[in-house]
Parts: sequence; C-alpha cells; structure tokens
Amino acid sequence: MLRVIVRRLLQMAVTLIALSALIFIWLRSLPGGPIDALLGERATPERRALLTKALGYDQPIWVQYGRFMKRLVTGDFGNSIRTGEPVTEVIGRAFPATIELALTALIIAVGLGIPLGYLAARYRGRLLDNLTIAGTLLGISIPIFFLGYLLKDIFTQDIHWFPPSGRMTTGMDNTNVTGFFVLDGLLTREFDASADALWHLLLPAITLATIPLAVIVRITRASVLDVLNEDYVRTAEAKGLRHRTIRGRHVLRNALLPVVTAIGLQTGALLAGAVLTEKVYNWGGLGTLITDSITGSRDYPVLQAIILLAALVFVAVNMLVDLSYAVIDPRVRVR
Amino acid sequence: MQARRLKTAVAVAAVAVLAAGAAGCAESDRDDSGGAKTGGTFIFAGAGDPKNFDPIFNDDGETFRPVRQMYETLVSHKPGTADLEGGLAESWEHDPTGKIWTFKLRKGVKFHDGTAFNAAAVCFNFDRWYNMKGAAAQSQMMYYADVFGGFAKNEVETAGEPVYNKCEAKDDGTAVLTLNQYKGAFPGAFALTALSISSPDALKKYDADKVVQNGDSFEYSAYANEHPVGTGPFTFGGWDKAKNEIVLNRNADYWGEKAKVDKVIIKIIKDESTRKQELKAGTVHGIDFPAPADRKALADEGYQVLNRPSFNILYLGINQKNPKLKDLRVRQAIAYALNRQQLVQTKAPGGSSVADQFLPDTVLGYAPDVQKYEHNPEKAKQLLKEAGAEGLTLNFYYPPDVTRPYMPNPQEIFTVLANDLQAVGIKVNGVPRPWNGGFKDDVQQFGKHDLHILGWTGDYNDPGNFVGTFFGRGKAEFGDQAMTEMFDAIAKADATVDEAAKKAAWEQVNRDIAAKWLPAIPVWHAPPAIVVTKDVKGLVASPLTAEVFDTVTVPAK
Repeated sequence: MLRVIVRRLLQMAVTLIALSALIFIWLRSLPGGPIDALLGERATPERRALLTKALGYDQPIWVQYGRFMKRLVTGDFGNSIRTGEPVTEVIGRAFPATIELALTALIIAVGLGIPLGYLAARYRGRLLDNLTIAGTLLGISIPIFFLGYLLKDIFTQDIHWFPPSGRMTTGMDNTNVTGFFVLDGLLTREFDASADALWHLLLPAITLATIPLAVIVRITRASVLDVLNEDYVRTAEAKGLRHRTIRGRHVLRNALLPVVTAIGLQTGALLAGAVLTEKVYNWGGLGTLITDSITGSRDYPVLQAIILLAALVFVAVNMLVDLSYAVIDPRVRVR
Repeated sequence: MQARRLKTAVAVAAVAVLAAGAAGCAESDRDDSGGAKTGGTFIFAGAGDPKNFDPIFNDDGETFRPVRQMYETLVSHKPGTADLEGGLAESWEHDPTGKIWTFKLRKGVKFHDGTAFNAAAVCFNFDRWYNMKGAAAQSQMMYYADVFGGFAKNEVETAGEPVYNKCEAKDDGTAVLTLNQYKGAFPGAFALTALSISSPDALKKYDADKVVQNGDSFEYSAYANEHPVGTGPFTFGGWDKAKNEIVLNRNADYWGEKAKVDKVIIKIIKDESTRKQELKAGTVHGIDFPAPADRKALADEGYQVLNRPSFNILYLGINQKNPKLKDLRVRQAIAYALNRQQLVQTKAPGGSSVADQFLPDTVLGYAPDVQKYEHNPEKAKQLLKEAGAEGLTLNFYYPPDVTRPYMPNPQEIFTVLANDLQAVGIKVNGVPRPWNGGFKDDVQQFGKHDLHILGWTGDYNDPGNFVGTFFGRGKAEFGDQAMTEMFDAIAKADATVDEAAKKAAWEQVNRDIAAKWLPAIPVWHAPPAIVVTKDVKGLVASPLTAEVFDTVTVPAK
C-alpha cells in the first residue's frame, strides 16, 4: 500500500512540473498581457516600455520561467500583478470560499443523489423512476449560467427568499478564523453570522450541485440495476436473507464502486462549475479569481498558481478515489 | 431508530438555521424604511477592486472611488462640473512665466491622524513624488509622470525631463511651487486624485515609499494597504477582502461640513446584472455603471438614474499607414458617410450627443465653429471618386468583449458604422479582437488596422488631456504620421501661458483638426450613469466620476 502511495506521489510531482512549464509558456503566448491591462487607455510607448522592463517581460521566456521556478521551490508564487499582494494570500482567501461552496454542493449532490438513484432503480419503470430520469436529463443539459440566473431571478427578485449575491450580508460583522464563514460563525459562537452565511450559500450551492447530482443519480441507478441482476443477489434472496440485509450489504455496497469513481470525477466538474456559479453569485472564490485574472488583468502569477492548485486538487482527489477503491472493494486491496 | 432520530435532529437544525437567516433578512428589510436624515450607512456597489490606497501609485476609477472619500487635492472641482474651485488651497496664482505657482492654503485642516495640514505637508508630498526611488515605484506613478515628466533621478531613460523643480513653505498657509517649464495641464492637473495630499507622519510611519518588486509584480507598503491618511470627509475603516467590502467612517474632525452618513461601505460587485439585482433586492443603495439597456427600466421603477455630464469622447480612428487613407478626401468621405445623428438616437445611452470635435464643450478651447460633417452619402461617394479610392476595402477593428463609459456596446456601434460605410461603396472587413487579447496591441502598438473605434474619459479640465493625448505626436494608432504641422500646433497651444491666447490657440487647433487634418472622426459624447434608490438624497453626479459621498443621506434605521 505504501509503495503504491509513494509511486502515485512521484507521478503527481512529475505531472505538476510538466504542467507548470506548459502553463507558463501558454499564458505568455496569449495576445495581450498584464502591461496592457495595467495601462488601459493610457498606454503610451514609453509607459509600456517602462513597465515591460520593470516586470522583466523583456527577458527571454526561459529566464522568466527559471525565475518563476526558483521562487516556486521556496513556496513563493510571487505577487498578484493587480493588487500587489502575495499570491498565496490571494488564493488563501479565495480557496476556502470555493471549498465551502463546492463541499456544500457535493453534500447536496451525494446526499440526494445516492438515495434517489437507489430508489429509482428499485422502483424501475414506475412514476418515481421516470420522473427521476427526466429530472436528471434536465439537470445535465441545463447550462449552469442559465440555471444560476434563473434561480436568482426567481428566488431573489420575484420572491425574496435568498440574497442575490455575496457570502454575507453587507456590513455584517464576523470573525475570520478559517475562511469558511459558516464554520467560523459556529467556532466563534457568532451564530447569526453563521446562519447568514448559510443563507447566502444555499442558492449557489444548489446551482452548482445540479450537474453532479444528476450524474450521481444516473450512475447509482444504473449500478444498482446491474448489481440487482447479479447471481449473488439472487442467491441471497434464495437463501431467504432479509431484504434489508441484501439491499444494504450486497446491493448498495457493491453498487457504490462506480459511484465513488463518479464522485471523484465530479470534483473536477465542481471546480469548473464553480467558475460560472461564482461569477453569477459574485462569490469571492477561486472561480471569480480565475475569471478576473484572465479577463481583467492577465494576472500571470495568480493564474499560474490557481491552475497548478486546481491540478494538484484534481490529481490528489483521483489518488484518493483510487485508494478508496481498496477500502470499498477487497479485491483491489489484494492486487 | 437512532438514525431516524439523528435525521430529525438534522432537519430541525437546518430549518432553525434557515429561519434565523430569514429573520435576519426581515430585520434588514425593516432597516430600509424610515425617515430621519443623517446617520446610517450608505452602501454603494462599485464595479471592480481598488489596487491600494496610496493615491500617487494609482490611475483607475475603482481605486479612486474610495481614495476620493479619504483624501483631498490642492485644487478641486465644483460638485457636478469639471470647473475648478479651491480644495485644500483656497486660491492659487502663477507668475507671468507660468513657472512659479503660489497656493494659499486652507486653515484649520487636520489629517486623520491628528497632525496639521500646512505648507510643509504640501511640500513634503511634492518632494516625496519627485524624489521617489526605484523603477518599481516610478513605473506605477502614471499620472505624476504624465504631468511632471521625470524624477530627481530617473530610473529608466524614457522618463523624460522633470517639470518639478522645488516647493517652499513660505509660511504655514503658503506653499510656493517652482517648475522648470510651464505646462498647459496646470492648474487642472493639481485636481488629479493621484496628486492627493497625504499625511507626512503617516507616510513616514508606514513606509509609504517602500514599493518592492517581487517577481512579476509590485508589493506596496503598509501605508498603501492598511493605513491611508488624508484630510477628507471619511477615514479608512478597513478592506475586508473575503467579503469584498471597503468600510469608510465619518471623519468627525473634518474641516468642512461633516459627512451626513456615519459610514460608507463600498461593496465590490463586478457583474453588471448582479449589481442591478442587489439594488433591486434593497441590499445596496446605489450602483455604478448600469447597463445602458437597463437605464430606462430602472428609472421607470422609481430608481434615480443620474446621468453624469459627458466628459468623454468616442471616435472612429483612421490609420494613415494605409496609403489610401493618407488622402484627406478619403478621410472626409468616411466622415460624410457616417450617420452619427442616427447612431446616437438608436445606440447611445440617453443624454448622448453627436461629437464634432475631440473634447466636450465644457473644456477650454472648444470651438463652436468647426467644420461639421453632416451625413451626406452622395458627397462621400463623390470625394472617393475624386481621390480615386472607389471600391476601397478597409479592416475595421473593434473590441466586442468590453463596455467602456464612452462605448457601452462596441459590437452594435461597429455594425451601424460599417453599414454606413458600405452604403457609400467602402467594403468593410470587421475584425473583432478581445480588448485585452489583441485589440489594444493590434491598434495601439502595431497599428494593424485601417479603422477602429476607441475613446477616452478626461482626467481634468484641459484640452491637452484630450486632443494632446490623441494627436500630440505620431502614434501607431493613427499611423506613425508625419503630421508635424498638427503636432507643432498642439505643442504650441499647450505651452501658451496667457489664458486668452491659450483658448484661441486651442480653438484654432480644433478647427484645423476638423478641416485640414482629420486624423480621426469624433462620434459621440455619452454620459455614464450612476443609480441610487429613490430615498437616497444629496448625491451629486460628477462628469469626472469623482462623486464624494459626504453629502449623501440614507433613510435612518
């Protein structure tokens, strides 16, 4: 097991280094750049030259990459071009916001998705199943952007159940401990802040959860149907085991394997979805940061760091999924 | 059984939390009704992050919004206009050479840290800017470099000769500024937000000059990030970056009339439609830059849509690198081909007007009698024929992905202008390029285009800031032209000290631009809007988007 982990970690490191070079070169090959963004309409050739030199963009790209890597090994991602803050600080602030959103969405997706998928399979062909199938189809095909604006229109403009944007009511005091607002409120016993944060969190989280929810429902349903047809289930039934035991121990447990894989893959989808969801709800997370850094200022240091971080999360989650196979399915452990 | 109990508990907790949230909502709804006039918090939605709060290192509107609440400049603008009036200086005068400027300072003014504002403080600020060290710092002082050229020691060769010579404090209330040369930008430029006066004590205490380059970027001082200290009606209360909120508190020791609200919160909401939704949900009192298409609907719903007097220009640029476009007749033909009146009526925000020169009529040097190009397709065709430019094909660059105050809808503007041109037989190749992904490079640096749309919002009341910026010298944007006659005329007008002569010189420049040179075609002046709820009173919209919120009242709690 340990050897597997070490090997996966090494693979991860190589992937990330290759990726860093790729991102570095790709970003700088795009038209435009931070100089243009910083200077706006006020660009004169002198100013352009001055800033280009000051930022070191007049040097060859490998020199720039070398500088970047040299800082990176010491954990220094540089400073944001736009704000001048260390990138680690900028990301450190945005990261909890996105994780809070994505985790809540994941909880909604898994918490609803597995039971719904299971029920749909159990009552296959009946009304509940048909409704679920239709619902998931809609969930998968509706663009997040559209859904976000639709929900926002309905629940914040027509009926004022939720706030339109942001993570907390403007002007509300809270103590920042972890950056997870809901958790912070609980930790510091500022329960109204916690409730307020949760109230702001729900609509974006529901928006973000739709696609993973639909995927999880469908995969659970298919997987449960597969297992129900397996010989060992029939054997168990023939042996006269209680239905509850069969469903829990035999069906659900075995059906969960592909579902776990799907959840892992959906993490990527969640992060991608967060970009759009955060934009719609003015959620100050990584998604907002990444769009701002591309369209607003071509903030190379921030972009590089986010992409690397996203890659790291993605690779790490996949590794965890692989390892969790071993926990769920003993056959994998043997190998 | 146990599981069921747990489930029930979770459900109850969730409902309780939701109810608490909803209660919080109901409470805040109640806050917004009521009547009294002072106190309370004014919440305004801005469209972007500020960079930091040290005025001298900044040049963008979103940074200047909070900065203007906290700081003041020597010369100020009459509220709602671009006309100059006393700021921290009650009056000013210059000698006949325009090189020695004497400022009579306002008395009884204190910085937020309790230290006195006086001539020594003014000179400290000017000296600080002039003596700024380090390429990192100097490269960020855009407006200073624009107005004052170089520094005591230029860190880069391109910085130019310094205009600033010295500043002397004659007495506490008199600061005398000596320049190496006169510039037409004065006194308007003394009103630039970037040249706001900071507390010398705070500048020293929080290491304001320490701008460090780190990798691709610059790191600013504690002064710029956490301890800005000016003399303005509001003091710095903090910037919560996790919540995107900047808090400003009323300055109880302000020298003038004190701010009516206790607090201003600037909430940063980048998405246009989200700003509108927040306004409608009652969570903010005002928003900046509403979509032009939303303005009417918002006004109909009872919101106050305040049009700022136009202080901008949208133009159709012509690149004379194309030999065909070097011929004045062809450029005139293009001008005659455009139906700008119709464009303004159909595509411009309400309150816009057709432009016939490159500066608004409130700026010195605006000539009422320039040659105007009314829509005249026949004349356009005839001129093209005379110039032997029939069947002309032009590459027309435009940025489809941005909205600017002077250009809310580039794609639509392009479409209409292109149709006008096609109607007189000019074939148009539309070339859409992302603003920051090729448009500015291709147009301003490489000059790849034949035609383009672009514009400008003025910084202060001076013709040089408009006309000089565009046509004061050869630029890739208009073809690296040899229009030396035009460059010389502009330089001469800018260097004229006598006010009347200066006015006449600039008027002549504007007449000649329209009749003799026509390097581009002015299209329109468009007023950007600011929107507040109907119970917000006292907000004065500024043509320079330089609103100060001290006169604003919100309904009390």
